[in-house]
This record gives sequence, structure tokens and C-alpha cells, in this order.
Amino acid sequence: MTLMTKLSSAVAALALTAGAAVAEPALIFDLGGKFDKSFNEAAFNGAKRWSEEAGESFREIELQSEAQREQALRRFAENGNNPIVMTGFAFGNVLSEVAPDYPDTKFAIIDMVVDAPNVRSVVFNEHEGSYLVGMMAAMASESGTVGFIGGMDIPLIRKFACGYAQGVKAVNPDATVVANMTGTTPAAWNDPVKGSELTKAQISQGADVVYAAAGGTGVGVLQTAADEGILSIGVDSNQNYLHPGKVLTSMMKRVDNAVYDAMKAGTDLETGINVMGIANGGIGYALDEYNASLVSAEMQAAVDEASAKIASGELTVHDYMSDDSCPALSF
Amino acid sequence: MDKMPGWADAVLVPLISLILAAILSALVIIGIGEDPIAAFNLMVDGALMRSSGWGYTLYYATNFIFTGLAVAVAFHARLFNIGGEGQAMIGGLGVALACLYIPWPNWYVALLGATVSAAIFGALWALIPAYLQAKRGSHIVITTIMFNFIAAALLNYVLVNLLRPQGAMDPATAKFPEATHLPTFQDMFSTATAPMFRGAPANVTFFLALLACVFVWVLIWRTRLGYEIRAFGHSESAAKYAGISPVKITIVAMLISGALAGMMALNTTMGEAERLVMNATEGAGFIGIAVALMGRSHPLGVLLAALLFGFLYQGGAELALWTNIPRELIVVIQALVILFTGALDNMVRMPLEKLFLARRRKA
Amino acid sequence: MTTAVAPETDIVPTTVAPAIELKGISKAFGPVQANKNISISVKPGTIHGIIGENGAGKSTLMSILYGFYKADRGEIFIHGKKTDIPDSQAAIRAGIGMVFQHFKLVPNFTVLENVILGAEDGPLLRSSLNKARGVLKQLAAEYELHVDPDAIVENLSVGHQQRVEILKALYRQADILILDEPTGVLTPAEADHLFRILDNLRSEGKTIILITHKLREIMKSTDTVSVMRRGEMTATVKTSETSPERLAEMMVGRKVLLHVEKQPASPKDPVLEIENLRLVDDKGVERLKGISLNVRAGEILGIAGVAGNGQSELLEVLGGYADATGTVRVNGQSIDLTGKHSDGQSRRARGIAHVPEDRHREGLIMPFTAWENTIFGYHRDPKIQSGPLMNNAAIKAEAAAKMERFDVRPPNPKLAARNFSGGNQQKIVLAREIERNPDILLVGQPTRGVDIGAIEFIHQQIVRLRDEGKAILLVSVELDEIFSLSDRIAVMFDGQIMGERLPSETNEKELGLLMAGITDTANAAMPASPMAMTETELQEAAEAEPTSDAEAVPSATEAETAAESPDQEQAAAEEVPPPEPSPAGEDEPVEEFSTAPVSAPDGIPSIDTGSIASLSASIPMSAPSAPPPPTKTEDPEEGDKNG
Repeated sequence: MTLMTKLSSAVAALALTAGAAVAEPALIFDLGGKFDKSFNEAAFNGAKRWSEEAGESFREIELQSEAQREQALRRFAENGNNPIVMTGFAFGNVLSEVAPDYPDTKFAIIDMVVDAPNVRSVVFNEHEGSYLVGMMAAMASESGTVGFIGGMDIPLIRKFACGYAQGVKAVNPDATVVANMTGTTPAAWNDPVKGSELTKAQISQGADVVYAAAGGTGVGVLQTAADEGILSIGVDSNQNYLHPGKVLTSMMKRVDNAVYDAMKAGTDLETGINVMGIANGGIGYALDEYNASLVSAEMQAAVDEASAKIASGELTVHDYMSDDSCPALSF
Repeated sequence: MDKMPGWADAVLVPLISLILAAILSALVIIGIGEDPIAAFNLMVDGALMRSSGWGYTLYYATNFIFTGLAVAVAFHARLFNIGGEGQAMIGGLGVALACLYIPWPNWYVALLGATVSAAIFGALWALIPAYLQAKRGSHIVITTIMFNFIAAALLNYVLVNLLRPQGAMDPATAKFPEATHLPTFQDMFSTATAPMFRGAPANVTFFLALLACVFVWVLIWRTRLGYEIRAFGHSESAAKYAGISPVKITIVAMLISGALAGMMALNTTMGEAERLVMNATEGAGFIGIAVALMGRSHPLGVLLAALLFGFLYQGGAELALWTNIPRELIVVIQALVILFTGALDNMVRMPLEKLFLARRRKA
Repeated sequence: MTTAVAPETDIVPTTVAPAIELKGISKAFGPVQANKNISISVKPGTIHGIIGENGAGKSTLMSILYGFYKADRGEIFIHGKKTDIPDSQAAIRAGIGMVFQHFKLVPNFTVLENVILGAEDGPLLRSSLNKARGVLKQLAAEYELHVDPDAIVENLSVGHQQRVEILKALYRQADILILDEPTGVLTPAEADHLFRILDNLRSEGKTIILITHKLREIMKSTDTVSVMRRGEMTATVKTSETSPERLAEMMVGRKVLLHVEKQPASPKDPVLEIENLRLVDDKGVERLKGISLNVRAGEILGIAGVAGNGQSELLEVLGGYADATGTVRVNGQSIDLTGKHSDGQSRRARGIAHVPEDRHREGLIMPFTAWENTIFGYHRDPKIQSGPLMNNAAIKAEAAAKMERFDVRPPNPKLAARNFSGGNQQKIVLAREIERNPDILLVGQPTRGVDIGAIEFIHQQIVRLRDEGKAILLVSVELDEIFSLSDRIAVMFDGQIMGERLPSETNEKELGLLMAGITDTANAAMPASPMAMTETELQEAAEAEPTSDAEAVPSATEAETAAESPDQEQAAAEEVPPPEPSPAGEDEPVEEFSTAPVSAPDGIPSIDTGSIASLSASIPMSAPSAPPPPTKTEDPEEGDKNG
């Protein structure tokens, strides 16, 4: 008897909170987890910034399994959360199925194009940003050998690597790019120990600048690079602060901006494809007090020039994913 | 002279273990400042009080039934098959190949074909450790664990380099053709007026899992092969005396075990994702060990334990959705259940046995 | 209880305080009353035997005395002083030492290290070791307890390991020594040595409690003996005032037929022919060194020998689960000894049934139900299949019938095999193997761990099968059993047949020498008593009986048949309380014992109620990877030295 009353009152309480949650935006993190110091965390920071500015709350979930993707989407949609933002290309398939069922709900997906009237697809030209940091790496390198450490070996990361290699070669055609992937399973996104080992291996091959595009694994890369006295390049968020004076720059993929924009737009979210590149400030490199001493005026000038050329269309960086091949690097 | 009645062994011991796990979990939840009763209600509400919740619970349960049965069959031959994960991955490859490259006319023929393919792929993946155990004495625990890694690497290679459609980011195959899409519970039970199991991934393979339970029961307790498997499992020396070949039983039991694990992929790959993704198994192969332990390697026990774990998974997802309990803690709660029902079984059993003995003495 | 002997309480003179006195000890495990109101008192400087069947409560009682269990009721007095023994440390302080059936030694420690383990004087071992070395030396001289203090325990023979256990107890200044089934794992010579050690200990004033199920050992070595049955102490008597028959009766609660009744064999053609059988085990040790034997239809060939001399391997080869070279013919056709067609299934198809030595490890699947076990090995028989499934209903019905015919108790086919007593387990195995009507029956240790009542039945069944014209190969380490069942005896030693004898033309002394590998039996200078089983009186009796044995056998058998028939009826109807034993009933076996040692040397088949665990331990232990001779030569030598 008491159990039943307790149960019903709890359910009522639940309904109450659920009711209050209407029109809250929701954010779904991919399997990497919220605090990966990289991609997912950038998304979280964007949401947090919006939340603080607007003084409103948002729902969030860290996924545990593949089947939860659809579940989270539907449960949030049914709960009235709007818009629903998700990070990661892995949601693509699911979203294309779920979105039509909830025509009144707006969805935003990052890193993937989903063709539906109520979906905003945010994609980034990571190859362009990687090109810029590649140029900086080549200029900063004294040995003529630079490194790249990717996370899981997937086309997206090869896109990073390919853009980076092109940038390096543009500055120094004779430079060597050592590229390694951390692994072939999703665990590769969160393996700082392996990242550290790979960094040491690349140092032994002569690399004196390494670029980590590896999610949580990159933390280990940056740490080891700092410990071993070489330069590193962060990714996604601005990671310069992690090791002041040791991180050359960070390839900024403004996922936070994308999430912030989506949440700020709220139910009026504009749908369609939203390409974030150098031209619209969605991609860039980080320059702040932590790396000011590392970036010379000459370096900055060269990069800014290339940046302008890319923005204007004068310079095209090859996108690995357009044809699954890379002119500057073989995998 | 059994120490306590059968029902106490089969029901009371797991029940008390569960309650202990629940109490400890509640303390953990209180520890992070949440309300354990509300959390439990949330889990029950999300997993059992609505049809879509059941749809998820049964979907997870289907996975665990297959992997639990796989572990159980091997257990009967005293083989500890930790390789359910890898066998399910390779089984998934079998499903994908069958679905992608054979033009099936409709879903039930496709299901039949994919089942055979998944079972063969899973069984073959178990064959190598089985052979190494039977002929070379390499411990099956070690080899099956290693084969999990090999399976992951192989699957990754195949997905990234061979089966991934041009330009796709995911290490995943293309979507399976329409004809191979399995009816979900939504398709089967929804009517125009009353939508049921909306969006839930539970599908027709759940019934296949139930059939597998019956199959395993008949196999183990009603056939000659099952008799030999059990005899070998209880005493290898006696099996030799009776002329039961240890090599044969080791290999056959592992083949059946691998086939069952492989069939788990039908649910995730053909039933849910409708394409093969890298991470399709999601640790169900390991949960299968806990399920088999808790289910005492009996198909009915496996079914019930699989439902429980299905509930925990779905309930855990609900907690993640609506509370601030971090997902690591949800894993902790699931782990507590495994710990209490599997590893710490004797902690409950022994005092209970004493209690029953004391009661009987008084009587 | 209808036992004639009332507990005698006044054996211990009241002037001396008893070394141990138990008063009203009771202990229950759940519904099982393991000890009921037990009182004994043991005079210092004596050897007191405690005898009883498996599960009679002997070990429980001793565990209470050693502090492993706490008695529900009752008091313990040590040297007249009431003593609480809550744990084994307290027992040691009270001067009690225990030698377990399964030794509690660290195998890879030296003897010295084992002796001081738990009794070290300080954190540094050196001084303790030195002290122990001195003590050991002294003990060795005093009690014939010779062991190399620096030897690693696992390299010692079982007999020596046991001495280490005794040394451990003595080092802790025990003056009351409890030995639990001490001879279960020993070779006869080792057992003999042990009893000499016990004698020495007694003469030094130590009190010894000997727990055993072997009547002979009780008769031979103890001063007083207590009999336990179903948790109760049924009698305490002076050994000199009782007889094996009376002890057996008190153990079982009824009169027991202590010998096998059988007609002379009428053997026909050889059914099983073995030629030059050789087997090399995994470690490269040759276990069978060219065995050649024939077993004829209608005869029982007994293989005698100390455990670990290749008998087990012989059974394994014939049973189809060990590969060997040589020739084995069944009914004139040779069978495969290696490869695909050499397994238990093909042997059964050729008419070879096998009651294995170790029913726990081989003969039965302990967690399986009785009905499942009644088809074990024959489960591929198409008759018990229905379609792809097994016809469980038919198997169960057949199992119930078999259990009825073989008097398995309780007659419940659904009970797991492990829930039956040893004797009933053995009956299940026997029923399974005999009822298949085999041409050849291989029987290993048929009565090991079997209670006296079941021994009669099992022996009768084996003889019945012989009388039906089957060939029977019997392997037993119990010489009595070999003598009482066999029509021919072959002695195995170190993987070889040392000789074949007719039971009527040999005696235990000769067989004992053959079992020790001495073939020149006529001229062998043998130590006083090489075999523990060989009682001095028995030898005398055997030697003092040079008359034609051939005549003695039938006459003795006739006498038995006539005299024992009432007993046989009782055996058949167990529920009927046995009548008061008449004085004639007591005298008669004694008479038989003196006149016909050949058919049943002292009228007692060895009553082995020891646990099966001890025997599985004994096989590997008494068969170390090195061939047996070293231990064999060592012990007689020591016997000489000490005798």
C-alpha cells in the first residue's frame, strides 16, 4: 500500500519536472563522453555559455550504447525539448529516421549532413584549419619532420591529417610528415597513454612538432610533447592553456559556437546545411597569451595570407573525404 | 541431503543478492546527492511502465539471452567462453554479408539466411580457440579473450577498408536493403488507434531468442549430445572412462556457444541498426557471462537474468536522460548487480543454508 | 540395539587419571546427529582404537577433541582436568597432536621448515631451525622416526611424509596423539613401520588414539577399542577380549558374513588374452612392461599388488582410455589399442564392461541423478533413444528396476549419485555394468569405501557373474579380497607380472614377497612382517598348515555353507532385527579361520570404509614419477636395520 502511494507520488513528481522541462533545449553527447577536453566538451561549453547568458537550463545525456541514440532523440522530442543538438556524425543515420516523426521539433547535428526539413546540419572544413596549423608546424619545425596523431582511424581524421600535410608541404616541400592513428576502435578517442607512447615514437623519428586530432587521447600527446620539450598543436577547443609556451597553437573547430548558435536560435533554428569554415569563423587557429611567444610575426603573416586566400576561394585545400585520397600523405 | 530447498536456491538467493545490490546502489546514489527512491521509480517507469520502455528492455534482453545462452552452453562443458563479444562481432559480419550480397525476397527468408550466416560465422570464430584448447591445451579463457581483440581489429579493417560506402565517415556498412528489414514490435503490435513500442528497437529476433532458449534446454537435457556435454563438464576423467571424446565435446560445445553468440548480432545489426556498425556488440558478450552465472546456466534462468539486465540497461538510460547521475555511476550500479549475483553468490548462499539447516533442526 | 556387548566403562582403573576423558559429547549438523552423548576415557600410555563405518561420527569426535568443531554438549577432561578446546591452538597447548588422513604439509618446504611452521620462536628462523634439528635427531633415535630434516617434503614417500606429521606433533610436545586413518595411504611395509613407531611411543608413555576402519589394525595394535555406529558409541572393550567378528557386528549392528561363498570355478576357453602389453605415460615412465595374461570364461583372475604398480594403467588400457602397445584379443579377435577405435565405446561394443577403481572420478558423474548414471557409457545405445532425443522415461523406468534388483538404497532414481552412500554408489555402477550382460568384466577395487553390508552383496554379484560363465579380471590392493574372490592370482609389481598362483597353492607370505618384487620366494630372507596385512598369527597359521590345501578348500566351503545359511537369510532381510548372536556363531568363524586360511584367511574381507579422497590421493602418491623400486627396497632395509 505504502509502496503504491510512494510510487504514484514519485511518478507524479516526475511528471511535474517533465512538464517544467518543456521547450528546454537538449544536448546529446556522443560515446566519447562529456569531458573529453575536446569535441564533446566544446559542445558542452557552448551550451553552458548559452545557459549562463540566457539564464535557462538545458537537458543533456551521455550515451552508453548505440541503441540509445534513437532512444535519446525520441525521448527528448517526446518530452518537448527543442531544439535538440547532437554532436557527432554517428547520429546521421538515426536522425534521418527520427526527424520526420517529430516535424515540430528542430534538430541540429554537428559534423554530418542530414537532409530533412527540420534539421540543421553543421559541418566544418577541418581540412582548412589543419592546413593553417600545418603551415605553422612546418615553419616552427627545425628538424623538418612533423608529426600527426589521429584518434580512431576514420575518414574524418584522415581529413584532418590530409589538410595538415598539405599545409606542411606548402611551406616546406621536403618536410616529412609522420602520421599515426591511435587505434581502430572507439577506444582510440580516449587513450592518453597510447597517445603519449605515439608521441615518444614520433619524437624518436625526429618530429619536433606534433598535431593531435584525437579527442581525449590528445591530452596525452600534449602532455608528453611538453615533457619532452617539443611543440604540440591542439584541436577542436583552444588547448593552448594546457601547457603554456609548449602548445604552438590549436586548430579551432568552433563546435561551441555551433551549439551556442543553435541554442540561442531556439525554436526558430534555421535548418539546412551550415558549413563552418575559415570564411565564417567556424574554423581557425588559436592565438592567445599562452602561445604569443611561439608564433612569430612572419609565421602569423603567412598563415593569415593563406587564410584569406582560402576564404576567398583562391586557394583550395584538398578534402580527403571527397575522394578518399590524399595528395600529400599516404595512409 | 541438499542443504536447502530448490526454490530457495533458484529464487531466494538471487533475490537477496539483488536486494543487497540495490541497497548498496541506493547508498551510492545518496552519496552523490540524489534520491534513490525517485531514481528507482524512474527506472521502473522508463523501463517497464510504458510499451516503448519495454521495447528497449526486451531489445537489450534479446542480446543478453543469446550471449547468456552461449556462455551457459560452454559452462555445461566446463569451458569458460569469454569470447562471446568477438563471436558476436564476427556473427555481425556474417549478418552483414548475407544481407548485403544476397538478394533476399522478403524478411523472413532473409532472417533465416542471416541466422545461418551469423551462426556459422560466430561458430567459426569460436572454433579456433576450441581447437587450441582441445588439441594443444591452450587455455580457452586466454584464447577467447585474445580473439575478442582480433575480432575487433578484423571487423574494423573490414568495415573501414572493404565494406564502408564511399565517403562515409562511420566505420559501418551501407544500410541493408529494404527486404531484409525485420519487423519491429512497433510494426507487429501497433494498431492505427493504439501505437505501441513506438521507436523501440525490439524486434522479431526476440522470439528467435526465446526459441534459442527452448533449443538449448532440449539440447542440454534431452539429447545425447547434451548428456555428453554435461558429463564432460562434471568430470573429464569419467567422460574418458565412458568413451566420450574430450576433443569432440570441447569443439562441439564451443561451436554451439559461438553460434549462439553470433546470433546475437541479428538483433543489433539486422533488427536495430539495419547496417553493421563497429560497436554493435556493446559488451553484451561480457554481460552474457553474468547472465549465465545468475541464471545458473539454465535457459529459464538465463531468460530471467537477461530480462533483469535489460531492465538495468533501459532503466540506466532513463536515469541518464532525466537525472544528473553520471553515466559512470550507472555503470557502477550495473556492476554492483553483477558483483552480487555472480561473484558474491556464496556470501548470500552460505548464511541462507545455515538458516535453513537451523530451521530444519528445530522442526 | 541388540549388540551383545554392553559398554564397559570400568577398564580404566580409577587410580590413574585418564589421559583423555570425554563425557556426554553431542554434536549435530543440522538434522544430522553426528555424535550422540559420547563418553570415553583413555588410560595414559595406551593405544585406543576407534572403529566404525563411514559416517559413524569418528572424525567428528576427533575434530571436537582437536578444536575444529565445538560440541553442542559435553565435557572434555585432559589428565583429569576439565579443558576447553575452542581451537586447534588450545588443543596443542593441551598436549594433543593430530595426524590427519590428508597431510597438512607444505610440499615445497623442507622437513625442518614444516616442523617449525607455526611454532617458530621468533621472527628469524635460524635459531628455530637449529633447535628443531636437534629435537628431530633425538626423536628419531627414540622412536625410529627417521627422516632427513633437509629433504623437501614433496620428494618424500607417503610413509615418510606421515612421519613428518608425527614429528610435527611431537615437536609441539604432544603427549596425546590422534591418528586419523593413518594406513589408508601407506604401503604395507610403511604401515608396518608405523605401528612399530606407535609401539615405541606407547612404551614412552604417550597416549595414542587410532581411528581406523580396518579391523586387523585394531586387533593388532590397540589395547582398548571403542566402536561407533551412527553417531553413538556402541561399545568400549579390551582388544584382547574381543574378536574381529564381534567388532564387525557392533559396527554394522547385525551379524555379517565375513567371507565369500563360492563353488570351485569351472573355467572354459580364454576370452581375454593379453600379450606383451606396454604403456609409457605422459612423463615418459614405462608403466606397463610387457604384461601377458589370459582370463578364461567362468573364472575370476585376481591381480594383486601394492597400489601404483601398473594395475590402474592395465584397467585403463583394457577399458579403452589409455593407449598402449601389444596385443589384446577378445574372443580370439584382437582389438585396437590406439587410435580412433580405441575408446570406452568400442570396448563396450566388444563386450567389455568395466567397474572402475575410482567411482567418484570415473564410474559416476556425482551431480547426475542415479537414473542418468545407469546409462553412463551406454548412453549411445539406440534402444534408449527416441528420435533425436533420449528416451528419458524409459531410462528412468529401467533405472528404477535395476536399483530394485541391486538393492540400492534409497531406491530413488531421481537422487543425485553423490547423495548415496559409497556402497550404494558402487551398486549403481555394478548394476549398470553387469546388467549389460558383458563377456568380460573388469573390476577395480570393488569394495573400496564400501560398507560391510554392501561388500557381501557386491562379492556375491561378482561370483554370480563368474558362475554364468563370464570372464572376470579383478584388481584389488586388498589381499584378503583377492584371496577370497579369485580363482587365479597374478601379482603385479613395477608394471610386470611377478607370477601367477592358485589361491590354494599359495599364502599371503608368498604373495607379499611377490608384491614387493621378490620372486625367489622360497629362499627370501624376509623381515619379520613385511605386510601390514599379515598378522603374525596368520602367518603362523598359514605356515602351520602344510596339509593339502586342495582338500581344505571344499571342506571349509561346505562347513560354511551349512553353518552360515541362517546368516545369509538375515543379510537378505536387513530390516529384520538380527537375533541374539549365539555362542556358536562366535566360535565358528574362528574355527574356520584356523583351518582354512586359503579361502578366507581370517574371515575378514578388508573392510575399507575410508573416504575415496584418500584413495585418489594414494594412487599418485604411492606411484611417484620414478618407478616404485626405491621405496620398496628402502623399507625392508629399514626394517632390517631397526628390527
